[in-house]
Amino acid sequence: MTVGFVMLCHTALDRAAEVARHWAQQGHPVVIHVDARIRPRPFRELRTALADQRKLIRFSPRHRCHWGSWNLVAATQDASALMLKEFPQVQHVFLASGACLPLRPAGDLAAYLAERPRTDFIESVTTSEVGWTIGGLDIERFQFFFPFSWRRHRRLFDLAVRAQRRLRVRRRVPEGLVPHLGSQWWCLSRPTLEAILQSPDRPRHDAYFKRVWIPDESYFQTLVRRYSTQIESRSLTLFKFDHQGKPHIFYDDHLSLLRRSDYFAARKAWPHADKLYDAFLRPQATGEPRAEPNPGRIDRLFTAAKERRLKGRAGLYMQSRFPTDNFENGKTAVSYSVFQGFSEVMPGFIDWLTHVTETRVHGHLFGPERAEFAGGESIYRGGLSDSARLRDYNPKSFLTNLIWNTRPEHQCFMFGPADNQKVNAFMAADPNARFAIITGAWAVPLYRSGQPLEEIRSEAARLQRVEMELLDLLNQHWTKARVRVWSLAEFLGHPMEPLQTVVEDTAPRLRPRVTSVPPLVDLTGFGAFLQSLRNHGMQPLVMGDYPANDLFHSDDQQSRPYLVS
Amino acid sequence: MGLVSTLQLRLRREMWHLRARRRAGDLSVVANRTGRIQRGDILLFCTLRNERVRLPFFLDYYRRMGVNHFFFVDNNSDDGSREYLARQDDISVWGTQDSYKRAHFGVDWLNGLQRRHAHGHWCLTVDVDEFFVYPFCDMRPLRALTDWLESCSIRSMSAMLLDMYPQGPIGARPYREGQDPFEIACWFDSGNYLISRNGQYGNLWIQGGPRGRAFFADAPKSAPALNKIPLVRWHRNYAYVSSTHMMLPRGLNNVYDRWGGEKASACLLHAKFLDTFGAKAEEEIRRGEHYAQSREYIAYKERMAQEPDLWTRWSEQYVNWRQLEILGLMSKGNWA
Repeated sequence: MTVGFVMLCHTALDRAAEVARHWAQQGHPVVIHVDARIRPRPFRELRTALADQRKLIRFSPRHRCHWGSWNLVAATQDASALMLKEFPQVQHVFLASGACLPLRPAGDLAAYLAERPRTDFIESVTTSEVGWTIGGLDIERFQFFFPFSWRRHRRLFDLAVRAQRRLRVRRRVPEGLVPHLGSQWWCLSRPTLEAILQSPDRPRHDAYFKRVWIPDESYFQTLVRRYSTQIESRSLTLFKFDHQGKPHIFYDDHLSLLRRSDYFAARKAWPHADKLYDAFLRPQATGEPRAEPNPGRIDRLFTAAKERRLKGRAGLYMQSRFPTDNFENGKTAVSYSVFQGFSEVMPGFIDWLTHVTETRVHGHLFGPERAEFAGGESIYRGGLSDSARLRDYNPKSFLTNLIWNTRPEHQCFMFGPADNQKVNAFMAADPNARFAIITGAWAVPLYRSGQPLEEIRSEAARLQRVEMELLDLLNQHWTKARVRVWSLAEFLGHPMEPLQTVVEDTAPRLRPRVTSVPPLVDLTGFGAFLQSLRNHGMQPLVMGDYPANDLFHSDDQQSRPYLVS
Repeated sequence: MGLVSTLQLRLRREMWHLRARRRAGDLSVVANRTGRIQRGDILLFCTLRNERVRLPFFLDYYRRMGVNHFFFVDNNSDDGSREYLARQDDISVWGTQDSYKRAHFGVDWLNGLQRRHAHGHWCLTVDVDEFFVYPFCDMRPLRALTDWLESCSIRSMSAMLLDMYPQGPIGARPYREGQDPFEIACWFDSGNYLISRNGQYGNLWIQGGPRGRAFFADAPKSAPALNKIPLVRWHRNYAYVSSTHMMLPRGLNNVYDRWGGEKASACLLHAKFLDTFGAKAEEEIRRGEHYAQSREYIAYKERMAQEPDLWTRWSEQYVNWRQLEILGLMSKGNWA
């Protein structure tokens, strides 16, 4: 059996010539259409280069082919008609472009088609079922008029479409046709192609499709539905489109992927991919039993590329990914915990938490003196410096860098109202953040500092204000962080419960059981301290009902963590 | 962007072109082989001063990548750089005695040359110590990249400057002519870059890295910028504004995605910290020809005296572009 190849060429004619020769040398006829926009000289060169294959290679009448124009269809029609007329032995016609790369010997394809003599391989999908149309036009392609080029006059094009939508323009689809769309690259049997090209209705069809948008993706796709007896709605040519609807290009490094795809041809290859052309245009053994075309791995590769281009890696901020606020697709890379007040009440909390949850626990990362990295390091992962100046210059970068650099490890750090508060809103809006706060605990170090009350008072007022601002922020409707808040009094009344909760939040998979509480600081006299603050005119609001005698009775005070969001 | 700021930027661009025209008088031809440039050739532009020892590897690196023609502006070298370059077939050289600083750190010279010779060509603008690394650079030549960018209608590509440094004191291992500088300086910081957006020009401003942490911890604002746009399909109306950090028209600075996706980007490996660095810093401080009174070099010198090692236990050793991609320093975008 013989397959006829129709090639539509508009660039890299030298490669097209190599491919045409490759097919002709295996005894299969080729008809080449060269875009009329190509200058006479390269065209002449192409003809001379292929002069020795005159028997099997023909050149069809040339048309000027712009993207998505009717002339592409006209060129295909002329070339196919020439093929059918000149080479009566041809039973299937395979439409390829000049940038197509044959992946399997033509003999393989011929054998494959000989087993399926009446089958037409063409992707043909009803307009309502395609999800890939660019520009969002599907059925409207068939109903509107398109006087402006989508590529060159995008605004006018859009305007015209909108106007026709408003005016409810509806061109009538010719009788007997149901609009279908699909890839331009098909392989049709002689009877079907003859039926399409010699149909008495052809002038009517052509006149209609001349005004359809991108007819090369719909002319044959629609007409086969009328004339074919057996359609396989898939292409024998491997091609992948990117998110803008442009075909992905194959390079030398795709060689093994293309080999394993078992497609008969691929579109499109980079013209300078010497290794690819050498490998696939070399005579290959035919007749090896090979599988059906299967794009599996190539699909995964290009799907990943699309994903990367459209969504990117969550939590990454870099030179070519710098999302606008709230369009980040993930503000940070992984989850992290922020502890406020814990290390003030329990001096050994950092070591205890590290031990219990097996996570990385830092000190006050946003502390006023320096960033207290775990282990007291001065440079941390990725080259982050502990310099407070450097950190405060761009605290958001500091935080996102730390989380990105240490992914997938869960980071914990201490926080407090004396620290840099610039990233609070960012963390509040971040679903990866887990806040655990003991309100009012900042007063403990003040109390223990032993400084005179007059000096402490204004500082206490400042810290309280800062903490209340944070609590207010975490109460906003847009807060996405997981927030748990206990007042100092609640926490001291029942420390075990809050600790169990935060440990489970921090290491959900480990789910460690808290059996012992790290030693609490000695708070004898703290109740009196609060009272004297009140006496000096500063109202402590965030400590809860702290007993004046520092004694907690566990029965009458039920402490329950409450979940803000 | 309103009409006023658009006009303002337009005016500024014209000013840059005017400056370039005025400074064109500074340049005298040493070797002009621009007649050999073919349509579609990839061009490289570079200013230099006394870099003879680095040149052989530099030229070799970019020739192998697929650069077709080199443009050099030699600012008064006395170590034979000029003569060496003038001997090569694919290089055009201009010389000047004038002030690097007055030519806006070389920008005016290159803008002028690019306006005259680079129209319609893909253009790489780098320093002698900057080495372009792009996705798939070990398998696909530079032309594959530029063809792809063109097919996607992308006019410019970002390449962040990645400072490379040796382990141990800088200068402990001398650099030999022709040697790959990254045999010595093969370490870098993987994740301490600070990014903000420049509202007026729309470009990103990236600082940090080893220079940020070691020399500018007390004055982070003055740390050198690391964002660069070295690869551009040139049009005669384009102009670099501040080194290759930003460009006009502003659309060329739009090399990053704002909605969470990743555009394709590259890196410029910066082989600054070799044994030649000490002498260079001395000389540049004396000449005062660099940005902001060579503040950068003064800061280096102060710190270099006390703490000559940039290496830390968290430094990464350079392997290949894939490593940079995984670390998030560059991206393949949707090129696959």
